[in-house]
Amino acid sequence: MNTAEQYLKAIYLAQRIEDGPAATGTLADMLEVSPASVNEMIGKLEDRDLVEHEKYKGARLTDEGIERAEDALQTYCIIERFLANVLEVDDFRGEATALEAVIDDTVAERLDTIIDRLEECPDCFDAEADKCTFLEAPVDAAD
Amino acid sequence: MSLGQRVTDDHQLARLLQIGVVLEEVVESRAHHHLDSFDAGERDPAVEALLREAADESAEHRDRLAALVAALDAETVPYEEINALVEAKYAQTAPEDFDDLLYDQLCNEETAYKFYDDLIEAIEASDTEFSIDRAHVLDVLASIREEEAQGVEEVTELMEDYE
Repeated sequence: MNTAEQYLKAIYLAQRIEDGPAATGTLADMLEVSPASVNEMIGKLEDRDLVEHEKYKGARLTDEGIERAEDALQTYCIIERFLANVLEVDDFRGEATALEAVIDDTVAERLDTIIDRLEECPDCFDAEADKCTFLEAPVDAAD
Repeated sequence: MSLGQRVTDDHQLARLLQIGVVLEEVVESRAHHHLDSFDAGERDPAVEALLREAADESAEHRDRLAALVAALDAETVPYEEINALVEAKYAQTAPEDFDDLLYDQLCNEETAYKFYDDLIEAIEASDTEFSIDRAHVLDVLASIREEEAQGVEEVTELMEDYE
């Protein structure tokens, strides 16, 4: 997942959490970058018609932005589910976040052939818990 | 969330190599399932040879990756476990015909190539001192990536023969 996709995913989740536009500060916290970096990337995403930005309100995804963000979130869900259910990683959220930049969506698609992911994905993703509603944490983490 | 592609420590390197092992196990298992699914009437020597070679190559890649994972004091998921997961989902994801099967095999090779390519880039982008020799890890990964590139060529040639 590239950096732009990570931003789209973060905006998508922030919009869900805030039930409105994603504020620059929220995105900076989620992505652990400076507000200036967020604004720079929002500008680039705006140029690509993936995001609309209103001053003092925040960023909102366009229809195409939503589609791209959902794909990125699906890739993230696959990584989380794979880590939790196949590798039995206790901190599957933290590790998925650390690995998402290195795991391409084609690689995630292959991993998807051995995990159980529901058709509702990624609608069933709980933005505040940062995991799929139906994902059960490993019982005996072999981490 | 961490932005940017780089491997930051031993733990993350081991995890990525573990994922590589699983990807190879999936390829190996799917190749065996494809072979088992052939009826006597629809066998094709060229496709069978390709699948056997893919399974053997994946097993060999898996061993080389597993050695790196072990050197990092981590463990890999046993082949039998991944084989069981592939088995459980195979009916839903099995190719319908030879074209579909070759396409599946092409995806396997391309995905593996992309994985190793991204991993090499992420290691090169990092200045972390790993507990195992970085140059050796990169050599192993580059040589596996090269074999995946050859695999893509072989499947593509076979697909062209079928057109």
